[in-house]
Amino acid sequence: MVEISSNLLYIAFVLYLIATFFFAGSIKISKDKEEKKTSRWSLIGIVITLIGFASQIGYFITRWIAGGHAPVSNLFEFTTFFGMMLVAAFIIIYFIYKTSILGVFTLPVALLVIAYASMFPREITPLIPALQSDWLHIHVTTAAAGEAILALSFAAGLIYLIKFVDQTKSSKRTFWLETTLFGLIATLGFIIVATSFSLADYESKFNWVDKRGQEAEAAYHMPALIGPHKYESVTDGSFQPLAEVPALINAMKLNTFIWSLLAGTILYLLIRLIFRKRVAAILQPLVRKIDLNLVDEIGYRSVLIGFPIFTLGALIFAMIWAQMAWTRFWGWDPKEVWALVTFLFYAAFLHLRLSKGWHGEKSAWLAVIGFVIIMFNLIAVNLIIAGLHSYA
Amino acid sequence: MKEVKCECGHINPVGTALCEACGRVVGEEAESSKLLDMRYEASPRRSQNYNRTSVDKIWSFFSSVKVGIWLIVLTLIASALGTIFPQEMYIPPNMPAVDYYEDEYGTLGKLYYQLGFHNLYSSWWYLLLIASIGISLVICSLDRVIPLYKALKNQRTAPREGFLKRQRLFGITETSGQIDLESIKKNLKNKRYSIKEENGSILAEKNRFSRWGPYVNHIGLIIFLFGGLLRFVPGMYVDEVVWVREEETIEVPGTSGQFYVKNEKFIRQLYDQEKDDQVYNEALKKNPAVIKNFQTDAVLYEKKGNTLPGEQPELKQVESHSIQVNKPMKYKDFAFYQTDYKLDEMHKMKFKLIDKKTEESFGKLTVDLYDPKKKYELGSGYSVELLNYFPDFEFGENSEPITKSRIPNNPAFVFNMKTPDKPKGETSFVAIQQTIEPQENNKYKLAFDGIETQNVSGLTIRKDMTLWYLAIGGTIFMIGVIQGAYWNHRRIWVQKKNGQVWIAAHTNKNWFGIKREISSILSGTTLNEPADQLDDKS
Repeated sequence: MVEISSNLLYIAFVLYLIATFFFAGSIKISKDKEEKKTSRWSLIGIVITLIGFASQIGYFITRWIAGGHAPVSNLFEFTTFFGMMLVAAFIIIYFIYKTSILGVFTLPVALLVIAYASMFPREITPLIPALQSDWLHIHVTTAAAGEAILALSFAAGLIYLIKFVDQTKSSKRTFWLETTLFGLIATLGFIIVATSFSLADYESKFNWVDKRGQEAEAAYHMPALIGPHKYESVTDGSFQPLAEVPALINAMKLNTFIWSLLAGTILYLLIRLIFRKRVAAILQPLVRKIDLNLVDEIGYRSVLIGFPIFTLGALIFAMIWAQMAWTRFWGWDPKEVWALVTFLFYAAFLHLRLSKGWHGEKSAWLAVIGFVIIMFNLIAVNLIIAGLHSYA
Repeated sequence: MKEVKCECGHINPVGTALCEACGRVVGEEAESSKLLDMRYEASPRRSQNYNRTSVDKIWSFFSSVKVGIWLIVLTLIASALGTIFPQEMYIPPNMPAVDYYEDEYGTLGKLYYQLGFHNLYSSWWYLLLIASIGISLVICSLDRVIPLYKALKNQRTAPREGFLKRQRLFGITETSGQIDLESIKKNLKNKRYSIKEENGSILAEKNRFSRWGPYVNHIGLIIFLFGGLLRFVPGMYVDEVVWVREEETIEVPGTSGQFYVKNEKFIRQLYDQEKDDQVYNEALKKNPAVIKNFQTDAVLYEKKGNTLPGEQPELKQVESHSIQVNKPMKYKDFAFYQTDYKLDEMHKMKFKLIDKKTEESFGKLTVDLYDPKKKYELGSGYSVELLNYFPDFEFGENSEPITKSRIPNNPAFVFNMKTPDKPKGETSFVAIQQTIEPQENNKYKLAFDGIETQNVSGLTIRKDMTLWYLAIGGTIFMIGVIQGAYWNHRRIWVQKKNGQVWIAAHTNKNWFGIKREISSILSGTTLNEPADQLDDKS
């Protein structure tokens, strides 16, 4: 069962990848005024997406049966589920607005999310007492669905900015747009580096001294560019660190981060060298025909649909469960606080839409910031900030 | 700012864009602009009207959406700041906060502590921000909902030309001869529009209730925040922790002696690679000690009648429950949660009285570490007196024995052993792994003969009478948000004018949706779809 489950996830991943190309293809052809062909390409695209989604649902159900609990209980499962909800949100919006371009941007983000998820330990974990509740699947799935729909406004915002920002001269706008795209490329970089070293079974161990002055051991799965505090290499002939950090800083996480940035930078520079253009400028022809007002509305609509779902899942259901499991509905745990931050951010977004001048470009930038906050809560809060939610 | 006089002679308050009496577009700004600002139906608000007394100034300050957004953003930033390092409630309790932050996080941690960020969410300025948001919610809503309600209630079925022309969706179709609006009316009804008519002018409207969504959700939020405030009212909120040993019955704190809880048994289970689902094996190999369950089989007693201090209360069993995480025991307004435990806490200590030389035993005694006796009779003239007891023993400053706490972490005793040949008794100081004899020539000795341990369960007792307010507030908030987000208020005006048909339309959001709807309503007629006047700009 577990094997069937992971195969279904793999199939879904490949299908999303293929669907992306069909959606992209539908746009290229539309320049030749072959309307019929266009719609056929995007029809194939959406059909493949639907099959992929069905396959991922299959992954979800089989894993649920195998594990005996909803597969949303660790970082791998939760992040994969978030990717699945992103695809679901895209499918819904696709059927409302019939825009293939949204697929060209949403599906790659979903692919990145799912690939990133698989970098975490994938085995089925037993549930600790606090997680043994029906609210596990009620709260986590609703929260993830809300976040995914909100994240769709990021895809819309990105499309808006790629079309809107003038690429003929360099400006603050081009810089920040490139930074956003670089973030996505660096995620890809991390996935490539982590997969390569894990395939090569890389491991090097160090003895080091932690902040309480005690001896500890660290096992690196990527060559250590940054060594831990007062390290001493244990593994013979392994790559020796170039620098050492104080005990306060987690050397291993910093090392992974630097590797991701390095890989991202190399990828980014390669793209720039080959095309001799900004990445946004390379993507610009794809969005040439898109109606900016329509993309703006898709972004706004995503927030309108996603905000109530997010509030229900990430705040209200969360409070009900917290009252049962942790005796209090609210305890200022970092994950709770960041759910509140996300809520406040989109509340501010919705209020800003009432003011003149905040439609269009500014909305699109806000959508980008919103996505950064969601990803921060999804990943960084678990990995960097210790709290009640860091069970992965 | 001054009042706006209309052609018809009516004097409108400041901020008016549509004459209250005749519906003409009035005011310089509105007249010169191509599109009407329809946000609050172009009606004036209190905050625009008066600006004289200090009350008016406060009112107009808090009624501004801009101020509201700033408050939201500031709260957002402040909340995020509080997660950089853990809040004081999450740091280990055995260390003073002033040292903890510097030791763990260096200079930044020290600064964090000095700025008071270790208790950020209960700081006066954070609470002030939340209170300001509450005030802003009330004033913002009142300032807008009343004029909006009036304007929508009194809206004209046949607005004037200037109004129609300045709608975002607007179009004119030239017609020769008669045009029948019946089929359009039918189409509009099919799309669930309600229709009003006046001299051949049509106003089709739907989902007006969606406009009230924001105000409904603001009311929900206000109730929620009010519920949060109620916690500080005495009697509304109890939050206590109690440690109960197995087989022990203890008064429940926070209930003024009304309830007693007994821990019949405490269980802790780990996941087992052999017995539990094989699917967990891989995870359990990496991390073998995963807790599966911890639970207290508890019995709750209520005191019957009044008792004098010191008198044993008469107890009546009212509830029994296996308390697990996620499954609290509930009785009346109280809930009992499983939150903590200590396994194998020392509970009883056993000794035997022996002759030091021959090691012959003259009897055994068991000391209950929580309830030691003064004297233990061993029979045949042998007895042991407990002269002094230190549950958590250490040497004090003048190297006299003291106890750190009442919990028997390191028990020590001063015994007096009375035997037939030593009727006065021999004194001995007994602690774990050591015996000190004041005379150093005792004949007898109390030899350690084992311990009994016991599990202790940590229960949290809660009473929270504010939950109802929060639940009602939360529900109203959700209804309001959904009402405002998932429906759109749409209006379509159709008017016949001298051989022309004028169509204008307005929606509070989602313009592509209304355009599609209009195109389906007008299909099969000869009328042109109204154009989006925003598109002309580009």
